[in-house]
Amino acid sequence: MTTRDQMLANIKANQPSVLPLPTQFTFVSAFPDLTRQFVDILTFVGGTAVLLPDMDAVKKHLQEQYIGLSSIATTVPALASLSDMKLDVADPHELAGLNLAIIEGPLAVAENAAIWVDEHQLPQRVVPMITQQLVIIIRQSTIVPNMHDAYKQIQVDATGFGTFICGPSKTADIEQSLVIGAHGARSLLVCILP
Amino acid sequence: MNQLSLDHAGAAIEFNKNEPRVDWHDETLWFVRTKRDRAAAQVPEWEQLREAASQIKNYSLSNMHDLLEQFEQNAIKNGITVHWAADADEHNKIVHGIIQKAGADRMVKSKSMLTEECHLNDYLTRHGIEVIDSDLGERIVQLRGEPPSHIVLPAIHLTKADVGDTFHKHLGTDAGATDPQYLTEAARQHLRDTFLTRKVALTGVNFAIAETGGFVVCTNEGNADMGVHLADVHIAAMGFEKVIPRAEHLGVFLRLLARSATGQPITTFSSHFHRPRPGQEMHIVIVDNGRSRQLGRPDFRNSLKCIRCAACLNTCPVYRRSGGFSYHSAVAGPIGSILAPNLDMKLNADLPFASTLCGSCSNVCPVKIDIHDQLYKWRQVLMQEGYGPGSKTAAMKTMATVLESPRLYRMAGKIGRGVLRFAPVTVENKFNPWYTQREMPEPPAESFRDWYINNKKS
Repeated sequence: MTTRDQMLANIKANQPSVLPLPTQFTFVSAFPDLTRQFVDILTFVGGTAVLLPDMDAVKKHLQEQYIGLSSIATTVPALASLSDMKLDVADPHELAGLNLAIIEGPLAVAENAAIWVDEHQLPQRVVPMITQQLVIIIRQSTIVPNMHDAYKQIQVDATGFGTFICGPSKTADIEQSLVIGAHGARSLLVCILP
Repeated sequence: MNQLSLDHAGAAIEFNKNEPRVDWHDETLWFVRTKRDRAAAQVPEWEQLREAASQIKNYSLSNMHDLLEQFEQNAIKNGITVHWAADADEHNKIVHGIIQKAGADRMVKSKSMLTEECHLNDYLTRHGIEVIDSDLGERIVQLRGEPPSHIVLPAIHLTKADVGDTFHKHLGTDAGATDPQYLTEAARQHLRDTFLTRKVALTGVNFAIAETGGFVVCTNEGNADMGVHLADVHIAAMGFEKVIPRAEHLGVFLRLLARSATGQPITTFSSHFHRPRPGQEMHIVIVDNGRSRQLGRPDFRNSLKCIRCAACLNTCPVYRRSGGFSYHSAVAGPIGSILAPNLDMKLNADLPFASTLCGSCSNVCPVKIDIHDQLYKWRQVLMQEGYGPGSKTAAMKTMATVLESPRLYRMAGKIGRGVLRFAPVTVENKFNPWYTQREMPEPPAESFRDWYINNKKS
């Protein structure tokens, strides 16, 4: 008998008789203002939010925010003129020097300021972690109240990889002192379009 | 002193010798617990979420065989290689085999309590493979040659001065530097080089999804992602109990996990892996290592519902004042104390006694494990199986003899009162464990029985 078959046989012999799945495992979150809730939580987790009317305003804002910065890459065609690097490289190691990545997020969650991105947004999976600074552009119309709503909208296996990103990378492993910028991006700016 | 060679009580005595440090440890963990409370209070349906999580896990345990088969089939369809390991040794051999096949002699690893349980690092090091732990806390304790003392906060037993000394010695930071920002930056630079140069990366698994054959890994630092997205080979190690039925159930667990752990609304990265990226290999190692035995113990199987948030550690008055190392087990605290006796009853017989049975652990558990009830039940099992501490067994037997006989009981009471009054030194000494942290009580002049008889007369 293989290890697999033996393990499964032991499990079958020892598991209790089948119990029911809960009838309720999704809940409704009633936030008066989804954008406001998202921005509050994003600020709480160390990110920054800015509400902008259109892509031109995003471009202008980013030009001002990251003045003098090089090694910038984006997947957003309208912002191509800001970039001097490519994200769709064959080898992810080529992104080691990336200073700023500007990507889009198709779905955001108000309760925890998480933004879903998958390989539709990421030419390489490592982009949101390897970049020094990260900008994600979302739309107010795609903010859902909570994680139950999020899972109703996304298909987790639509691509081979997807992740919820909530704020910049962080650690509190040294005496519980919060340090922003652990191994992933040191900052997260979320530009919110209508 | 090596705390790992002592039993819990002995190691706790060592830990308590440095009183300001114990106070600091206690307060720091309580601070994390209060953050958890604030986060939970912001979710009106918190208790219903806990109930839903508990029931999904109950269902999963009761349907484990089929869920694992379904998960395996779908993972294979996704292009993931699935391995099965009956015990720690088989797990270590499988991981070693994958590394060898990749032609590598170095690996980067993000947090996985399972690999701690299996002592993977020791095994690989003995076989000439260098392993670097990439979680900051784990890297700190690895450099010091220590195991993690907490499942979520591995270096919680250390001060920033300790970390500064360690980094000065190993990473060349300035002597005496203690600024967490500076120290974290040093680790970031050191580990960035590691991420960029390793061909094999190992991660743990927070949740495995039967319906889709994928798995979720949660980190705040982004270290799991940095490791695997830059590696040619991704190995994910999981205890079989990590499997849940469907992706939509993740909504429940991701709402509970980080809030229970650190009071964050969700971890910075909650990464869903379903297929290797082009040219990459992805492996999953599904491990038993005593879990199927625990599944067969009706009183203790619920311990397998654990999602490793560590809320029970942070709230536990004993853990906070005895430290993670006193549990001499990969998973410390209340949950570790009900998991460890299943792994080795003799070696871990002291752990279910390392509790006041106050029940706070069960009250904060996001999947509603009856932790304090199980601690109590393990005590019964361990005493019956003959693994109880010898002194306790002898004391209990003497007490039973005395309590069985009214005459002996009255005599013992009289002697006790007399001793406390006229010769307190016989109990107020270091041989009496009750006296080490307590004042002995004022002895009453007479017993209740004597008082009753005297007052009835008048």
